[in-house]
Amino acid sequence: MSVTMQTIAELRGVTKTFGNVVAAKDLNLSIGKGEFLSFLGPSGCGKTTALRMLAGFEKPTEGQVLLDGEVVNDLDAHHRPVNMVFQHYALFPHLSVFDNIAYGLRQQRPRVDKQTIATKVEQALETVRLGGFGPRRIWEMSGGQQQRVALARAIVNEPKLLLLDEPMAALDRKLRKEMQFELQNLQRQLGITFVLVTHDQEEALSMSDRICVMEGGSIVQVGSPRELYDMPRSRYVAGFVGTSNFFDATVTDSAADQITVRLASGQKVHGTPEIPIDAGQEVCVSIRPEQITLTRALPTAEIALPVTIQNRIFLGEHTEYLARNEALGDFHVLVPRQAELNEGTFNAGEQAFVSWGEGALLILEK
Amino acid sequence: MTERGRKALLLAPAGIWLLVMLALPLLVVFVFSFGERGAAGGYVPAFTLEQYANLPARWTAFKNTLILAPLGTIAALVIAYPLAYFLAVRCSPKWRTSLLILVIVPFWTSILIRSYAWIFILGGRGLPALLESIGIDDIRLINTPFAVLVGIVYGYLPLMVFPIFVSLDKLDKRLLEASADLGSTPWRTFRQVTLPLSVPGIATGCMLVFILLMGEFLIPAILGGGKVFFVGNALVDLFLQSRNWAYGSAVAMTLVVVMLVTVSIYMKFISRLGGQREDVSLM
Repeated sequence: MSVTMQTIAELRGVTKTFGNVVAAKDLNLSIGKGEFLSFLGPSGCGKTTALRMLAGFEKPTEGQVLLDGEVVNDLDAHHRPVNMVFQHYALFPHLSVFDNIAYGLRQQRPRVDKQTIATKVEQALETVRLGGFGPRRIWEMSGGQQQRVALARAIVNEPKLLLLDEPMAALDRKLRKEMQFELQNLQRQLGITFVLVTHDQEEALSMSDRICVMEGGSIVQVGSPRELYDMPRSRYVAGFVGTSNFFDATVTDSAADQITVRLASGQKVHGTPEIPIDAGQEVCVSIRPEQITLTRALPTAEIALPVTIQNRIFLGEHTEYLARNEALGDFHVLVPRQAELNEGTFNAGEQAFVSWGEGALLILEK
Repeated sequence: MTERGRKALLLAPAGIWLLVMLALPLLVVFVFSFGERGAAGGYVPAFTLEQYANLPARWTAFKNTLILAPLGTIAALVIAYPLAYFLAVRCSPKWRTSLLILVIVPFWTSILIRSYAWIFILGGRGLPALLESIGIDDIRLINTPFAVLVGIVYGYLPLMVFPIFVSLDKLDKRLLEASADLGSTPWRTFRQVTLPLSVPGIATGCMLVFILLMGEFLIPAILGGGKVFFVGNALVDLFLQSRNWAYGSAVAMTLVVVMLVTVSIYMKFISRLGGQREDVSLM
């Protein structure tokens, strides 16, 4: 989110408990107007609770929820200018596609006239590429179509926030990919602020302007997909956003902008952590599989480790190798097609070296 | 065994049952209704329309049935719906089962005994005495249409509660959230989502209660005191007391026809109410 961006919604020190269970702990987050923000985390991390508090289905136990600068803690869901796309769509089975989409407009007081409703519903149907489907019954629609209806039912009201609760969980992989592109286009086209809840990192990475990673009810890091991928603060974030190789290490030297850690194999590596780290602390280092180079000859890099190839999986544009180093353990290495053509294919049992460029290795909180 | 053979085998017990217990007796009644009463009662074969010509003599029984059965159904619906709604939507699951059992408990006692209890409640030393003590005099409840109405609502309430409870229990509660999310107040959500989606339960409950009420005779006999009688009472009288089987058969056939006509009109109405919905299938 750029500094100039106007804030549309905000969570201020929000905590939500259900009995003894703390579902959300001291959440602080501001959502910019027109941005696409995702809450990412495994089930039970509090992301859905956060979304439901924005929608007005749950009241925060502590803290404030703000919409457009106003505290809305006590504003019921039906009074909030916020709409939601539910996980299983929650379309009204007794109403036609048209009536489902018109539902929100018909609740408005003073009443919206019939002609305006018809025009807006048609527009919404066109937007989700379901033009002409108005008279259909809900059960006549496929899963993907039902999802579009759910989307149209929400956007037709021009909400200040569009909340999406795992909207693609029920779709198959191919359809999901398509919908991701479509959702992103739609969001840019409409300029509505989207808040998505997902446990699917790929979904979050591909669509969001910013991702809010959650764990155990707390926000652990907020940033653009690139920031989270390149500069995760903790092992948890690095593991949740993309895949990575993790190794234990001990900090031997801590300077202002650079620290030195010792790997279990004895090598010392340098890095700049995102968080303050003291000498002697146990940390974790992370190297992304695609940043590792696999060679037969000993490379000239600062650190190169001998490995034995364990396994090879052909993935099309990449080949994934599992390579074992005696001291550190297994490395996942992703070799691009071109590099593999240059170096040749490695077979199980072969000896090779792994190395990486400067800055590839991240030092993380354990 | 062929697929058809298996299907036939599955349907055989019910088919035979229906044939022996329903179709054949109905045929017998149909034939009897054109006969004559024997000198000592019973049935003498003949072909005459005299029994049907005589129907107006039992008009009051038909009138009572056709007023009190729909009225009883509506009264039961009005009382049962809020109860079923509470049990299915509002009640905490902890209490639900116990409360549901309480709804069934009256069924564990014979309707005869339960109706007799109402004789006392509605009789001179019951409610009227209570009303008298607060200055409302001369209220007669027992042996009135009102007493019969109270009796049938009391007796048939569970049959109305259960189908409605089931349809409300099945209702996806997320639809209620979706409705609120789209700006609908709780009352409008009830009218636009909950009520239409519970139509199948309402339809089943009404059908069940109405059909059974059309043939009711015990409650009018006990609480109507011979003053408010149903077609069922006329039949008991004709078959068991005056032993006029031919005339009784004509009354019974007429009741069957009246019932078929009312039920088919009702079904048309309900299917219109339910729209072209897939989930409204009544029978």
